[in-house]
Amino acid sequence: MPNSVPTSEQTTIANDSVGIVSPQTHHFAQAIKLECGISLPEFDLIYETYGELNTKKSNAILVCHALSGDQHVAGYNSVDDKKPGWWDAYIGPGKPFDTNKFFIICPNNLGGCKGSTGPMSPNPKTNKPYGRDFPIVTVKDWVYSQALLADELGIKKFAAVIGGSLGGMQALQWAIDYPERIAHAIVIAAAPKLSAQNIGFNEVARQAISSDPDFHDGHYYEHNVIPRRGIKLARMLGHITYLSDESMRAKFGRELREGKINFNFDTEFQVESYLRYQGESFVDKFDANTYLLMTKALDYFDPAKDHNDDLAAALSKTSARFLVIAFTSDWRFAPERSREIVKALLDTNKSVTYSEITANQGHDAFLIPNKDYQDILYSYMQHVEDSAK
Amino acid sequence: MKSIRAELRTIASWIKPGSRVLDLGCGNGELLSYLQENYQVTGYGIEIEQSNIVASIQNNINVIQADIEQGLTGFEDNSFDYVIMTQTIQALRNTDEILKEMLRVGREGIVTFPNFGHWRSRLNIMLGHMPVTKALPNTWYNTPNIHLCTLNDFEALCAEKDFRILQRSIVDRQHRSRTFNAFLPNLLGEIALYRIQKSLQ
Repeated sequence: MPNSVPTSEQTTIANDSVGIVSPQTHHFAQAIKLECGISLPEFDLIYETYGELNTKKSNAILVCHALSGDQHVAGYNSVDDKKPGWWDAYIGPGKPFDTNKFFIICPNNLGGCKGSTGPMSPNPKTNKPYGRDFPIVTVKDWVYSQALLADELGIKKFAAVIGGSLGGMQALQWAIDYPERIAHAIVIAAAPKLSAQNIGFNEVARQAISSDPDFHDGHYYEHNVIPRRGIKLARMLGHITYLSDESMRAKFGRELREGKINFNFDTEFQVESYLRYQGESFVDKFDANTYLLMTKALDYFDPAKDHNDDLAAALSKTSARFLVIAFTSDWRFAPERSREIVKALLDTNKSVTYSEITANQGHDAFLIPNKDYQDILYSYMQHVEDSAK
Repeated sequence: MKSIRAELRTIASWIKPGSRVLDLGCGNGELLSYLQENYQVTGYGIEIEQSNIVASIQNNINVIQADIEQGLTGFEDNSFDYVIMTQTIQALRNTDEILKEMLRVGREGIVTFPNFGHWRSRLNIMLGHMPVTKALPNTWYNTPNIHLCTLNDFEALCAEKDFRILQRSIVDRQHRSRTFNAFLPNLLGEIALYRIQKSLQ
């Protein structure tokens, strides 16, 4: 807990917050060979941790982030932060992922833009930022790099690997690639692979970015510009897919900013204003090249591919217990997609529990406090705790 | 109310240890938990109620949240040794379809339900009221039991659908299998337990 007394400018930190946290960086002096065949000669992973690693190092939980997420999952990096980390509602003392019991770690994925080696990092060959030359990274690459980080921290086995959306895909990949290193996989609002519709949305986002004149084929850093319009559009589009029709209707309806239509192309409806704001505020927080990489990792994710498209075969060697959670109004990764994972696990006689949470917020529901969702996690985490003993 | 504790002992006695079991409408997961601990079965419960999902997790069983009224499309043919429905069929809309699904997915089915032919129910009706008994505690307007049947009705359905009855146990509410139950089961039995199979064509 921080000692400083919050001023009116500062955020009041709740008792169930992990408080003020700082990220750490591990430099890997070794090369990492990526699935695409290219190697990075060395790399950094930035990560945050909460809670204490026990002496047996058996209470570690890995949280994997989604497309626009990062290592800052919970708490505040400074007293001046207005908002806590992206999953603060679920991580903290007494929260479902209880930092009194578990040592929780979340790295920024390779290719990210928040401190891990990515397109903004200097390319040792040119001493200029990698930009578009940063190799394509996959979910499998991330899992491999996370395992290397676990090695550095002396964690032989995670009590659980947890993630929502693209993070859930990493949890699934973990169970496949390192069956002996993961006791539980908690896969939330995910899918076993993207649908054509999902890839379609990603492609529109990529086109928005790469067709921006300021993109400069991904080397915009050298021109001291960022493809603002492109990344803003990509985010606006993405944001629509994270919400549900119902939640957008409830939030905005057809409400007009000035109470009447003006027969012009200004921002008239509240929803337009909201999306523009969301897009605009994302521009300075996220790197366009990273956005491109993340969407590619999503598109390529398909663990069944190497098993004749048989997901059950892909999962047959897993030994983790699975908790799969989906949300009724999520249409980006709808409950049917989670049920594909559940069916594959059932077909190969794996331990799996599945809950379909009633929630109207769409894909974003996995980030939002919800009693049913919390109850499921609280009760399931008891088993994770038992595994950590 | 489910008096599972006694009922599960009878069901357990019918199940081969080490079997793969699917429990439809598993409630709080008590039966599967008991079978896992004492009979080394592996299996899954299907449940729709959120509170029961939580309770099933607490009972350390694998539970899948789904509506069994939608069928068992996610399950392969003959993928379970037993598919069990305890005190559930009377609350289903498509009872016969679900029984068929049950015997598609399971090599055998185990079904338990309250016998509407029990003399107390008959007496209630003769006195002009829908029965409210200890086995059927709800009143007519709020009961979840929309497809009540007697032993005779159930066995007629089995005959019609070509389900073979492998085993039957008729008990009273304390799950005592008394001699008089065997004598006039449809009149004296309160709870019916059946082990069924689809007929080999």
